[in-house]
Amino acid sequence: PPPPPPRCLRLSMAAPLSLRIGAECPVTRARLCRLRLPHQALHTPVFMPVGTQGTLKGIAVPQLEALGCHICLGNTYHLGMRPGPDLIAKANGLHGFMNWKRALLTDSGGFQMVSLVELAEVTEEGVRFSSPYDGEEILLSPEKSIEIQNALGSDIMMQLDDVVSSTVTGPRVEEAMYRSIRWLDRCIAANKNPEKQNLFAIIQGGLDAELRKKCLKEMIKRDIPGFAIGGLSGGEEKDHFWRMVLLSTEYLPREKPRYLMGVGYATDLVVCVALGCDMFDCVFPTRTARFGSALVPWGSLQLKHRQYAKDFKPIDEECTCPTCKRYTRAYLHALFKSDTAALHHITIHNIAYQLNLMSSIRESIQQRRFPEFIQQFMKRMYGSADKYPRWAVDALSAVNVKLE
Amino acid sequence: MKLILSSLVNGCRHGKLIEVGRKRSKSLDIPGCLLYTRTGTAPHLTHDTLNLIEGVPEPVHLTLSTLAEHQEVLEEYKEGIGKFIGMPDSLIYCSQNDPASPCPSGYNTNKTVSVWGGGGRIELTLSKFMAIQQAFKPDWYHCMADGEPLPPGSSRKRINKSVDRTLGFLDECLKVHQNSEVLKDAEIIGVIEGGDILEERLRSARETMKRPVGGFLLDGLQGENMTDDLKLDLISSVTGELPVDKPRLIHGIGKPDEVLECVSRGVDLFEGFFPYQVTEQGKALSFNFKYKVDPEAEEEKSLAVPLHQIQGQQLSSTCTSVTHEQCEKNNIFTMLHRNGSGDNDISSKTSDCDGKMKAFSIDLKNEQFRDDFSPLVEGCPCYCCKNHTRAYLYHLLLTNELLAGVLLMIHNLHHYFAFFQSIRDALKDGRLKDLKELIAKQKV
Repeated sequence: PPPPPPRCLRLSMAAPLSLRIGAECPVTRARLCRLRLPHQALHTPVFMPVGTQGTLKGIAVPQLEALGCHICLGNTYHLGMRPGPDLIAKANGLHGFMNWKRALLTDSGGFQMVSLVELAEVTEEGVRFSSPYDGEEILLSPEKSIEIQNALGSDIMMQLDDVVSSTVTGPRVEEAMYRSIRWLDRCIAANKNPEKQNLFAIIQGGLDAELRKKCLKEMIKRDIPGFAIGGLSGGEEKDHFWRMVLLSTEYLPREKPRYLMGVGYATDLVVCVALGCDMFDCVFPTRTARFGSALVPWGSLQLKHRQYAKDFKPIDEECTCPTCKRYTRAYLHALFKSDTAALHHITIHNIAYQLNLMSSIRESIQQRRFPEFIQQFMKRMYGSADKYPRWAVDALSAVNVKLE
Repeated sequence: MKLILSSLVNGCRHGKLIEVGRKRSKSLDIPGCLLYTRTGTAPHLTHDTLNLIEGVPEPVHLTLSTLAEHQEVLEEYKEGIGKFIGMPDSLIYCSQNDPASPCPSGYNTNKTVSVWGGGGRIELTLSKFMAIQQAFKPDWYHCMADGEPLPPGSSRKRINKSVDRTLGFLDECLKVHQNSEVLKDAEIIGVIEGGDILEERLRSARETMKRPVGGFLLDGLQGENMTDDLKLDLISSVTGELPVDKPRLIHGIGKPDEVLECVSRGVDLFEGFFPYQVTEQGKALSFNFKYKVDPEAEEEKSLAVPLHQIQGQQLSSTCTSVTHEQCEKNNIFTMLHRNGSGDNDISSKTSDCDGKMKAFSIDLKNEQFRDDFSPLVEGCPCYCCKNHTRAYLYHLLLTNELLAGVLLMIHNLHHYFAFFQSIRDALKDGRLKDLKELIAKQKV
């Protein structure tokens, strides 16, 4: 077994993060925790909506607060380009700039570079690319990423990792894994704000169990407040995906939060909570809203479609969000081609859907009936057992839940 | 409804409409503006964000342009347009054309008018028009009208026709209205046409007055097809004919100076589309309507920018050699408006300082706002100004974020509604002249 991680004594005031486990599911690996961060205390499992450019796509702060959102994301890559860290620092950090008083998590910029930038070149130094706005050559190094995130002032910062698509195989995956460890150490060294900002590591290793294990064992040795499971929200086979998640939560320390990056479909959330993950983020619910797709417990409604033109029910009759309390599917259908307010209505509903799902999950863990919750959820979503996705059945079975 | 005038001075009316609406339960102050909507929504805003604004007026203004295509849906819905759009308790006024969208002319006939919706042209016969009103169940609506903008120098014959057609439509609407169970508590607004010919305008007014209408709409004045002077004279003449005890609406007038000219000529209610147009340009209404305070002192106070916010290294290093007082006195803001950064020579600008006054709005896409952490308008109590900065709006506009429209709409509506309150205050105080002068100074 690996040697226990070195303990760092904090002599004075509270650490910028504390996790208290409130309840643990006796059947699965799910846990209900209280996570205290500099700007906000909140309960996990938690879904974090993504506000890429310092705004949550048309939703004003009081609306987001009213939905019960306690933490959301900003993107270092986008904000680092526009408006840039100097301006945000002048504005009292990202909190001050967007006037969000609760918790913020920023990613490192690594993922965007791989997904958004065509000719990004990765070296040991960092990632070199051309700015899409003015063509200027930029190097995003671990130090630069942390410098930007320090200026943003987020409660949780992510290390810069060497991101490789989960569909890639071969020596590149191993190279990326080891480099991510070295970059983690550089990020830790570069953090000018360890008392106020929490730096999370990101476990890499692709879909290779041995590489993942090596990465886990090494990263756990570092004294950091939390861990993310990375490299798993690409187009990989779900069958491999869940096994890597399960492997990760087996090794990750119990008393620190586990953040599964880029996961946000309802079924994935439920299953990965069962596998032991605490925090999730995904653009899906807010992005799909802007295409007219409303999330419901049995799937989604494409409100642009003509079938909703005379449908006078709300999106979900059991939903208590501001949209469902006042507007019908028919009105949203009519409004969709005409005004951006339609997008906002659906975005509000989708965020409410995600947050309510997590709230129900937490409640069921608290009441020691999470396995029953899973059964009900799957039945509602898929209708009958023959429609349950194979990977979900297998994953849940691995944590002792047999779907009926 | 009843109109109670608290004052009528030189044709300027100040008062209240009471017992308004199908339930006779609402009241509204005049002069006032309507809440402009597209497809039943204040643009960009949900119920909750609309509620962040103080002083949102009744009635809600709907247009057939943006809603007629949904007639079948409303007929099946049966519960009226107010509930459908999520405003079940609001006063609803339904007009024909959308003031903020183009309305091509040449399509109206003796029996039909056309409106332009999302799916293209919709032709309305009288019976279709009334069927829509019965499905919508508004509190007010204006009768079907041939008010399409006529090019200048339109033949007398064409203008004459627009008056005749509209009167004919009014009579037919009234027939259906009076026999309709669903519409019997609603009010029909008569529409006054007449192009740019005084005689026709007066004829339209006098004839319309004979019918049992709840109020009057001055129509056909929206376009650029006549001089301002002619337009205002026609308005005066028409309102001079109209009974004192019924409200007068006008379409197509939204700029603050034009609003005041119309208030001076007996107009009571205005469409509220101007803040929307300003929003769509990425601008924030910033004109000063505080006639009670010395306008020059207000101006200096709100425009002088603290030195540390001045953009550009060169500029601030030059400024350190000049005192803060000197900058204020020389109206350093002029320089910023001109060219955000890089101009070292303050002294050459001082002579320009009394030249440009600010316009009705500021363009937040301008780079000078990139690191301006002050609110959109200093002292504005709206949600946007209390919680967000110019720098943030600049960022949202630059990155094409949806929130820009939401926040700008909140500020612009707030500002515009507050302007109308200042009109009512000025009338009460007998100081409309001061307000007019203040606004006129800011016109660019």
